[in-house]
Amino acid sequence: MNWTLALPEITLSILAMAILLFGVLRRGESFSVCSMLTLGALLIGAVLVIGQARGFAFNGQYVVDPFAVFAKLLILAGAALALVSAQDYNREEGLARFEYPVLMLLAVVGMLAMVSANNFMSLYLALELQSLALYVLAAFARDELRSAEAGLKYFVLGALASGLLLYGISLVYGFSGTFDFAALAHLLSDPSHASAGLIVGMVFVIAGLAFKISAVPFHMWTPDVYEGAPTPVTAFLGTAPKVAAIVLLLRVMFVPFGHLTSQWTQIFEFVSIASMILGSLAAIGQTSIKRLMAYSSIGHMGYALIGLTVGTVDGLRGVLIYMVTYVFMSAGTFACLIAMRRRGRALEKISDLAGLARTDGGMALALAIFMFSMAGIPPLSGFFGKLYVFLAAVRAGYWTLAIIGVLTSVVGAYYYLRVIKVMYFDDPAPAFDRRPVGLSFVLGVGAVVTTFFFVFPAPIVGAAQAAAAALFG
Amino acid sequence: MAVGLTHYLAVSAILLVLGVFGIFLNRKNVIIILMSVELILLAVNLNLVAFSASLGDLVGQVFALFVLTVAAAEAAIGLAIVVIYFRNRGSIQVEDVNLMKG
Repeated sequence: MNWTLALPEITLSILAMAILLFGVLRRGESFSVCSMLTLGALLIGAVLVIGQARGFAFNGQYVVDPFAVFAKLLILAGAALALVSAQDYNREEGLARFEYPVLMLLAVVGMLAMVSANNFMSLYLALELQSLALYVLAAFARDELRSAEAGLKYFVLGALASGLLLYGISLVYGFSGTFDFAALAHLLSDPSHASAGLIVGMVFVIAGLAFKISAVPFHMWTPDVYEGAPTPVTAFLGTAPKVAAIVLLLRVMFVPFGHLTSQWTQIFEFVSIASMILGSLAAIGQTSIKRLMAYSSIGHMGYALIGLTVGTVDGLRGVLIYMVTYVFMSAGTFACLIAMRRRGRALEKISDLAGLARTDGGMALALAIFMFSMAGIPPLSGFFGKLYVFLAAVRAGYWTLAIIGVLTSVVGAYYYLRVIKVMYFDDPAPAFDRRPVGLSFVLGVGAVVTTFFFVFPAPIVGAAQAAAAALFG
Repeated sequence: MAVGLTHYLAVSAILLVLGVFGIFLNRKNVIIILMSVELILLAVNLNLVAFSASLGDLVGQVFALFVLTVAAAEAAIGLAIVVIYFRNRGSIQVEDVNLMKG
């Protein structure tokens, strides 16, 4: 029993409550102050995560291993970028309320706990802490119908997914007698314990978690929520929670259900192929760039799931590298979307980007880098993400997945390149409003990481390798 | 006839199916969807408690208490979202939730 292992989460929850109290008691506008405090809290969280010991805590409910640490740092980075890019947008749209950073911080606490969960009970509580905060954030523009509708849809479908997940957990418990991941892994190492009821429970759990990473066939909420939620919230939804959910999925599939690989490989093969195909085909006809990004994220989850399907250390390493590249290119892309404002009004049509290269060359270049990277064009980071995943698939003999992945990336390249064509070759529309410094910062960070990933891949690949090996350990 | 584990499981499976159908087939009112969500969570609780009793293991009942707490928080947030939706739209009919087609 070593509670100090949970120190980052404990500190962040105390800080979240302190910032909430501060915001309530302080008179006048406190959005900026609370945001700065929240950024500081995220930084403290990152320092604590790095300095933390490894091991199990709370009777094995909670685990800190290199895998969890890797994901936690990525989550904290994604959340910090999303919070920085929200600053000016929220002030202009009248969303500058101090609850915003507090809710983000609570969602981050939930995500950190998700990544460290080593028991279905802590998994469920962490997942709900994250989801409940995100439902509120999606509906944060409470005077705007679209945001309220996005919140409503996200809530209803999210609650249904949690219900299915929970039903699965109850079946797994009933047919095995334990919630603990290590105990389940030990039990299932004897195949005779894998009863039909337990397998059904596992499928329910997979369905619930597939919803959280918006993989086909549980993706219906994604385009609507991405489109309806305020753009900074979409930027948050598209980065950190995706990392947390996919890392949680990896842990659940490899630790408790690691001996049932033959039972779940086919499920993920189907989910992965379906996500890649839907993500590339459905995005073609979109006119709203937020919806385009939603379908693009569905496709990206499909590529990441290839690594899970393969089920080797290589595959896992591929998923983790994919998530690193994905977080930075999405954060940058969403910073561009947030910067799309003309005369104080937010825009979201792809055609609004027309001729951006002539009115704002820097932003056009950055967005072009992100789009090329998402399409998987070397030497940008998105290429390496796909490379490692496809490499793992080919090595393990999953040729179908690799070939379909390459084909759908080619189809996907069409709509990414269309955005670039609109920016560089169409007649210019009037210029956007001046870009705030915070957005330029996020844009810059995203563009630098995406462009220069190939110069310094070794530390990230090494850390991902160590993290992946720890999960099999 | 003694009431055994299978009976509890059957009831809970029926409740789950009712809840899921309540979400998807209901074309009337968003409140009914919230009630269906609660029904799903109650089905899970019944399952957990039944398994816990038959296994002679208390952890399932502890989990059931946690689920109850989370369900209360979830209902509070769900109702709050329905309230802001009603303020903007003036209706909570399910068929009116159609601004975005997805």
